[in-house]
Amino acid sequence: MNTIFQTIPLSHYVILSTLLFCIGVLGVLFRRNAIIIFMCIELMLNAVNLLLAAFSTYFGDSAGQVFVFFIMAVAAAEVAVGLAILTMIFRNTGSVDINFLNKLKH
Amino acid sequence: MNLSLFYFLAFLAILSALMVVVAKNPVHSVLYLIITFFAIAGHYILMNAQFLAAVHIIVYAGAIMVLFLYVIMMLNLNSNVEPHKNKWLKFAATVSGGLLMVVLVGAFRQASTSVAVVQNSEVGLIKNLGLVLFREYALPFEISSILLLTAMVGTVMLGKKEIN
Repeated sequence: MNTIFQTIPLSHYVILSTLLFCIGVLGVLFRRNAIIIFMCIELMLNAVNLLLAAFSTYFGDSAGQVFVFFIMAVAAAEVAVGLAILTMIFRNTGSVDINFLNKLKH
Repeated sequence: MNLSLFYFLAFLAILSALMVVVAKNPVHSVLYLIITFFAIAGHYILMNAQFLAAVHIIVYAGAIMVLFLYVIMMLNLNSNVEPHKNKWLKFAATVSGGLLMVVLVGAFRQASTSVAVVQNSEVGLIKNLGLVLFREYALPFEISSILLLTAMVGTVMLGKKEIN
C-alpha cells in the first residue's frame, strides 16, 4: 500500500472527483423526482469527500479526513430533515415531482 | 496492480453514478447509488484510509441508503412512471452539465498537484485519526453532536401530523 503514491497520480483522483461531481449536477438538472435529486446531492457530497480524503492522504495531513467525517455527519442530518420534508410534501400534494413545488406554496 | 484497481473502481463508480441518473425506477437508482458508495469505499481502502472506509460504508450504505429505500417504499414510488419532462429541458440539462464538466476538467488539468507530497500512509489509521479528532477537533465534534440532535428534533417535528 505504500506504493500508492508512486503508482496513482493525485491528478487521477482530481479528475475522478470532478466527473462524479458533474454527474451529480447533471442528475439534479435532469430529473424531476425529488428523491433522486436528493440522491444526486449525496453523490456530489461524496465526490467532494473523495477529493478531500485523497488530498489528505497524499499530503500526509489528517485534518482532511477529519473534515470528511464532519461532512458525513452534516450529510446524515441533511438527509434526515430533507426526507422528512419530502414526506410532508407527499402527504400534502400526493407527489414528489418538483414541478409541483416551484411556487413553494400549497 | 494499484493503478488497474484504481481504474476498475473509478469505472465502476462513474458507470453506476450515471445509472443513478438515467434509471427510471427509483429503487434501481438507490441500488446503483449503493454500488457507487462501495466503489468510493474501495478508493478509501486503496488510499489506506481504513477508518473513513468503514465509516463510509456504515453511514452511507448502512444508514442513509436504507432511509432512502424506506421512504421510497413508504411513499410507494417504486414504479416506472415518471411524468414526461420537456425534451428541451433535458437537452439543456445535459449540455450545461457537460459544459461544467469540460470547464472543471480543463481547469484542473492545468493545476499542478505534485508539489510537496508527504509520503505518509499512516494518516488514515484509526489511531492517528482519533488522536487528531479528539485533541484538535474536540469542539467541532461536540458541535456536530448538537447538529445531529437538532436534526432529530426537526425530523420528529416535521413528521408529526398537523393538528387542525
